[in-house]
Amino acid sequence: MQHAEASHEQIGHLDHEALKVFGFWIFLVTDCLLFGTLFGVFVVLRSHTDGGPTGKELFEIPGFVAETFILLTSSFTSGIATLAMNQGNIKRVIGWLIVTALLGLAFVGLEVSEFTKMAMEGATISRSAFLSSFFTLVGTHGLHVSIGLVWMTALMIQLRRHGMNAVTRRKMTIIGLYWHFLDAVWIFLFTVVYLMGVM
Amino acid sequence: MTQKETYGTMREYVTGFILSIVLTVIPLVLVLNHLLGTSALIIVIVAMAVLQFLVQLFFFMHIRETEKPRYNVMALVFGLVFIVAIVGGSVWIMTFNAQVH
Repeated sequence: MQHAEASHEQIGHLDHEALKVFGFWIFLVTDCLLFGTLFGVFVVLRSHTDGGPTGKELFEIPGFVAETFILLTSSFTSGIATLAMNQGNIKRVIGWLIVTALLGLAFVGLEVSEFTKMAMEGATISRSAFLSSFFTLVGTHGLHVSIGLVWMTALMIQLRRHGMNAVTRRKMTIIGLYWHFLDAVWIFLFTVVYLMGVM
Repeated sequence: MTQKETYGTMREYVTGFILSIVLTVIPLVLVLNHLLGTSALIIVIVAMAVLQFLVQLFFFMHIRETEKPRYNVMALVFGLVFIVAIVGGSVWIMTFNAQVH
């Protein structure tokens, strides 16, 4: 009797965790709408440079190509962390999360240096409609990655303290989804902003 | 329960990773060497980005492996319809705006 009750409770708990993962999917859809709107603004304003610098003059190919491959690799390593979680190897989970976070940090670092360099050349957010939409779109993505880094660090601390249970596993699943989603958004930034910019 | 929670295999992740690299290198080479006309180039690189989005969804985010009524897929499709309307509609209407000038 007592055993049956316990297992029933456990099933209810699991359903609850699955519902939370679904809730996160809903958040990702709303985030898609946010980025979609910013993309719409950028595409409309990208030719409005007001005699200022254009994307072709500003974007440095080695920089954004490096950013792309770093983010692609970090998406892969966060996937490996999820695999290690399924195998129940907490040391490998934390190890791969550290690798992912370092790659994310390298990405943010490159982006900050890119933005600084552009600002030093006079290409600031207030220079033209093109630059306003550029910094808003790319900056929003960079902010997402930075928040993801803080979040991942917090999760590593929780994993170390509480080990792996239903709650930390769900949190791992959610941050994995978030990280892959950011990579998917970057692909469109790479294509629409950078590749079309240098074309 | 453990069966349901096996999110992907190593093979799946490696395949997804290789595909995403290939789908990044192709548009990069095409753009840097200007191998196509401008409009053809835009269509090809956007198609590559969409394919890459699908790679992320299927190989990394395991969109197929969720429980049966796939509400997450429905929500995503619903969101994408809105995005196509917002981006496509903005581009379309602003092209007319440019023609009026």
